Amino acid sequence: MVYTPNLVSRQLFGKVVLTRNKCLKNFTIRNVNRNSIQFIVPTNRKFATSIESSSSSAEIPAKKHAPTKVVEFTADKYTYLRRNPNFKELTQDDIKFFASILPANGLIIDNEEDLIPYNVDWMKKYRGRSRLVAKPKTTHQVSQILKYCNENKLAVVPQGGNTGLVGGGVPVFDEIVLNTNNMNQIRSFDPVSGILVCDAGCILEVLDNYLAEQGYTMPLDLGAKGSCHIGGNVATNAGGLRLLRYGSLHGTVLGLEAVLPDGTILDNLSTLRKDNTGYDIKQLFIGSEGTLGVITGVSILTPPKPKAVNVAVLGVNTFQNVQNAFVMSKNKLSEILSAFEFWDSDALKLLKAHNIQGKNLPLKDNYPFYVLIEISGSNKYHDDDKLQNFLEELLTNEIVNDGVVAQDETQISALWSLREGIPEACSKTGAVYKYDISIPLSVFYQMAEDIRNRLRSAGVLGEDKPVSNVVAYGHVGDGNIHLNITAKSYDPEVTNLIEPYIYEWTEQHNGSISAEHGLGLMKANYLRYSKSSSMISIMKQIKQSIDPNGIMNPYKFLPTQ
Amino acid sequence: MSNLKILVGCKRVIDFAVKIRVNTAKKAVETANIKHSLNPFDEIAVEEALRLREKLGDKVVKEIVALTCGPPKAQEQLRTALAMGADKAIHVEVGKDDNDVANILQPLAVAKLFKAIVEKEQANLVILGKQSIDDDASQTGQMLAGLLNWPQATFASKVEINNDKITVTREVDGGLETISSTLPAVVTTDLRLNEPRFATLPNIMKAKKKPLVKFTPDQLSVDITPRLETISVVEPPARQGGTKVESVDELISKLKEAGAL
Repeated sequence: MVYTPNLVSRQLFGKVVLTRNKCLKNFTIRNVNRNSIQFIVPTNRKFATSIESSSSSAEIPAKKHAPTKVVEFTADKYTYLRRNPNFKELTQDDIKFFASILPANGLIIDNEEDLIPYNVDWMKKYRGRSRLVAKPKTTHQVSQILKYCNENKLAVVPQGGNTGLVGGGVPVFDEIVLNTNNMNQIRSFDPVSGILVCDAGCILEVLDNYLAEQGYTMPLDLGAKGSCHIGGNVATNAGGLRLLRYGSLHGTVLGLEAVLPDGTILDNLSTLRKDNTGYDIKQLFIGSEGTLGVITGVSILTPPKPKAVNVAVLGVNTFQNVQNAFVMSKNKLSEILSAFEFWDSDALKLLKAHNIQGKNLPLKDNYPFYVLIEISGSNKYHDDDKLQNFLEELLTNEIVNDGVVAQDETQISALWSLREGIPEACSKTGAVYKYDISIPLSVFYQMAEDIRNRLRSAGVLGEDKPVSNVVAYGHVGDGNIHLNITAKSYDPEVTNLIEPYIYEWTEQHNGSISAEHGLGLMKANYLRYSKSSSMISIMKQIKQSIDPNGIMNPYKFLPTQ
Repeated sequence: MSNLKILVGCKRVIDFAVKIRVNTAKKAVETANIKHSLNPFDEIAVEEALRLREKLGDKVVKEIVALTCGPPKAQEQLRTALAMGADKAIHVEVGKDDNDVANILQPLAVAKLFKAIVEKEQANLVILGKQSIDDDASQTGQMLAGLLNWPQATFASKVEINNDKITVTREVDGGLETISSTLPAVVTTDLRLNEPRFATLPNIMKAKKKPLVKFTPDQLSVDITPRLETISVVEPPARQGGTKVESVDELISKLKEAGAL
């Protein structure tokens, strides 16, 4: 018999306690080392069985932190970056000032270990050298901090849940981190209109759970929902899984409260759906990635939580048929269609290899493409019927070759976890080059194939090569493809093969080099591939007029080269 | 045995992922407008029946019959079993809705209804979930074995059939226990017996054409009058919030206060 490693949950005073109803008695332990332990257990009273447990979750002999990869400093890695000499370096007087306006638990100063989570990004790709993290609790404190920084020319990085993918939320050099963790209050919710007003540091999932109790839901949902802040979502104009249904934050955000670099508090927390008075300043802040100021409060229109949800996963043989299925789903499912996602066979291969979703994959055979369709509505019988008829039509017309339909909530989340597990599966191989591109559906998948061919002919793609996989998945419904190139490590040779090729490719096909991840540090210098020089020049003017000292999130967003 | 006919129990229960609420009368949980699904242990039972057929072949496992006792909507769960691969479904209709069924149906009555169907269908292997996740009674399988005077193998984590002999591995406190008996027999499934398959589109379409037979308890001459009375249903006491301590000394004094040291 085989016990899976997760059964060995902890070790207490030399006794191994097995969870899930499994208590081993009369066992001997052999070969204990940090990651593995072997039990010899008599089973069936006849044979001794050895059980090997080797997993980081086995927590034996004591819980150790996963070995942390030492992340190279961004400034050392990207040598084109130069610290702006106009910015002042942090002094004792500055620290004294911050200590005078923030309580002890709202400040982290010069403690290397405590600073790491704020200096290093989620992907462990970027690392800054900030010496100070300020965690204000109120808008007034944010105003005081920014006013002081502006007067003293101290650069600032606004940071939410630090789940960004383009290095926009972590310092490049020694910028002060202004983290919204402590700004986590829900200010008001109107159950009639569904309008929610809250602090910028509220975690997306917390908001969604709060709304669920009132019969509402957030208009956006993304993989990082358990950590990301709504303020960060708005500042980066996050897209996610519900965009197809509820549209972008440019439509659902009704108002913002933001602090400008000079400390001015812009109070525009409107709860009006219609308001045609003057320039719509809040739109400038949505997607500005912290370069114009700090968003401190958000007013957002939330839709009622769908009462009936169901999910189907389909196996499809050609990308043309993925498109056909999408067109049909818009016609046949119309108002109940809430997500149309796809991934390719390389993504499934990684999911399998890293066992993200358990052994029980929904479809027996392998297909080049997989499609996940989610419907949400108010009447289960009506919706299920509609889905059923639609899927039967797809199958009889041979647009899809096989498929499964979730029969209960557990299966719904199991099917979603396939799609949501792909980024995690990609990250297991070492380094991931992540690209997030909007392109017309007609050339949607061609991009992945062109990149594969390019890397293969350069001799870097394959089993024992630097690049192991080119994985494509994403939101077909939004014309947004996520290209994940998994490699052993971030290798300049590989980087040069991909960039700027991928951006040029996107430009040629009238796409956007950033559909939803934003520009951050990673794509700041590639903005020209998606925006004309006159557009960039207006952007620079706006930046200059709101942040003349350039202290807000420097080196990012707008091209420096 | 070359003619195996497997009867599988398929109970309609509130979905595992739904947060349940006690009703205002404090006699049961709210069932109206709440998502219901096939009892997860029954899903495992259906899967095991299908795997037995895949392993032993059509010649040995002649038919897999899904049976439910419940309201009209319980047919949804039978359709799920049919879509997974069962050949035929039997619905013993009890009560008009989920609330009704919860008030009427108790394990002994279910066991009697199952016995009647076993005899009607000439089934020689019954696979049931070890319990349903709503009542957690874990009685139907055992009572059915008693009524039929058949051997029972409960909480199975592995099932093997060899000619007329069934060998079942059970998860018990000390580890694993392996038992064997002759067929016919009643088996109840434990969580780790298998991982149920998804219902595929072609099979969902086929399931619509598979036979679904209806009975009433009267037609089966079974008296289902409840014998137990539910006095009250209450939620468990709310979890008390913890407190933060400032120092190790404070922690130790708190632990002493609580009698933990």
